[in-house]
Amino acid sequence: MKPVSDTAAQASAAATDDPAIRVEGLTMAYGDFVIMRELNFVVQKGDIFIIMGGSGCGKSTLLRVLVGLKEPAAGKVYYREGSLWDADPATRAAISRRTGILYQSGALFSSMTLAENIALPLSQYTALTRKQIREVCSLKLALVGLAGFEDFYPSEISGGMCKRAGLARAMALDPDILFFDEPSAGLDPVSAHLLDELILELRESLKATFVVVTHELASIFAIGNNSVYLDVETRTMTASGDPKELLAHSQDPQLRRFLTRGQEQ
Amino acid sequence: MTRPAAPPRADAPRRDIAASGGVVTLTFSGSWRMDQTLPDIEAVRQALAASPAPQKLVLAGAGVTGWDSLFLTQCRAIIALARERGVPVDAGSLPPGVESLLALAAKVPERQGAARTVQRAPFLERVADMGYGAAQGVRNLLDFTGDVTLAAWALVTGRAVFQRSQLTTLIYQASIDALGIVSLISFLVGLILAFVGAIQLSQFGAQIYVSTIVGIAMVRVMGAIMTGIIMAGRTGAAYAAELGTMQVNEEIDALRTFGFSPTQFLVMPRMIALVLMMPLLCIYADLMGIMGGFVVGVFMLKINPIQYLTHTWQSVPLANFWIGLVHSTVFGVLVAMAGCYRGMRCGRSALGVGQATTAAVVTSILAIVIATAILTVCCNIIGV
Repeated sequence: MKPVSDTAAQASAAATDDPAIRVEGLTMAYGDFVIMRELNFVVQKGDIFIIMGGSGCGKSTLLRVLVGLKEPAAGKVYYREGSLWDADPATRAAISRRTGILYQSGALFSSMTLAENIALPLSQYTALTRKQIREVCSLKLALVGLAGFEDFYPSEISGGMCKRAGLARAMALDPDILFFDEPSAGLDPVSAHLLDELILELRESLKATFVVVTHELASIFAIGNNSVYLDVETRTMTASGDPKELLAHSQDPQLRRFLTRGQEQ
Repeated sequence: MTRPAAPPRADAPRRDIAASGGVVTLTFSGSWRMDQTLPDIEAVRQALAASPAPQKLVLAGAGVTGWDSLFLTQCRAIIALARERGVPVDAGSLPPGVESLLALAAKVPERQGAARTVQRAPFLERVADMGYGAAQGVRNLLDFTGDVTLAAWALVTGRAVFQRSQLTTLIYQASIDALGIVSLISFLVGLILAFVGAIQLSQFGAQIYVSTIVGIAMVRVMGAIMTGIIMAGRTGAAYAAELGTMQVNEEIDALRTFGFSPTQFLVMPRMIALVLMMPLLCIYADLMGIMGGFVVGVFMLKINPIQYLTHTWQSVPLANFWIGLVHSTVFGVLVAMAGCYRGMRCGRSALGVGQATTAAVVTSILAIVIATAILTVCCNIIGV
């Protein structure tokens, strides 16, 4: 994919396939204060799609709009079932059943053990027996390297483990699309690298789509195959495409500064 | 996850077991998803238990049209069975995603000793634990009381560090914001006291003494107790929740590392706010209670309004008023201490904040009742 700034054309061109998420003319605001305007991009199935940008540019807000937590000021977010913010409650529920979210600090329910955290959506949305749910829980925990921690409370494990347990919970219902909010924030480099590996491995075996909000350059280049760059000054997206391509070809000085950690002025 | 499209319902999960020449082959086919009923693994256990013991277990999944986590759990259970019996497993012909996920799940071994079994400790141990916990609680409370005393001394000598602007907000929250609920409850308590008294007293034609009952009861103790309980539920709980959340967010640690004493910075202003405002609220509650009695006296018992008020003024000794003020000041200290103590010792989770808030209200009310009893006995001894 070529880095282009005229992203609207690209979005409508790609819309002919069957994308995982399509965003058209999205504008986000808190009250009268516009954070980002005119976002247009497409997340293809199987992508690891990076939402990148400097601190405070609205990355996490965009994620909240994509998953249905914050209503956009204008524009549409399309899933396979239709426009997210125009959908009736049943469709909304169908969409959210297909998505899983890993929050910045894990957001595990502190009054429940790890197994109960994962079991909650399973017992609500599936007809599995207790024993089967227990088995699925220990499978998910084993997948994120937490085998044997079923009966621990979130307050009894470390921050990195909370994050992995959060991932296990996000995967509980075998979602098609997984959203990550700053997955490597607060992790040491080795754990962050392991998490990247885990994401790649999960993409490979689950064929799921990942949308990752991050400003961690190492992760961006290691896992991302598509991205948008949100520019904090112009308050819109100034580039999209494979991050490695962007680094090689983009002429945008802001983006270059971001991708080279400010080394190129 | 995007796997082969969901097949029709007829495509039920199937698992065929074939054993030949020491090799057990499990052939999976059909759709293995959460909305299906899976075959039991008991048959696999029997096949593996057959003698002579099988040399190899082959999992073949070429015919699987759809799968999700449920299929993985069954494969894991079967592999665990085989491992138990020492039979090597060949999972090479499962769908590629399944194979790699199974490998991923097995990559990090189960942490030894991590799984817990809840064991009930012997009776004596539990009693000892309880005693130890209680002793620890008393120690913590004494610790906190000592801290507060030191902070109060620092305040008196003008060395206490806290934000004056925060104190103003806290005072506002503990007084003006509370007026509505204090008015309503005190007025109704006065009204109820008057009603209960009126029924008895009117039998003797002594209706006028309703004003005495309401006056003495409200001014001496009821006004203070009612404001105490209201403030325990409203402000004490808020203090516990606020400080508890600060504890969860590591804000209290941040204060400490900046060299601020959390007791001076957070507890003292709350304490000052409540200790200053509780007596004022108490006086206000006294007046509202007398108003409640006045309404019953004038409109139900047809007592002359001037006479009612004069009689209240004459029959309620001024000492009662001071006793009420002492009560309310003590309650202010107790409610602020209970709220702040529970907040500062809050566990680092949402659960902890909830427990701290509950404990703050329970402790405050308990302390109010006990303090009232002690003060009443003291007043008796002094003879007021």
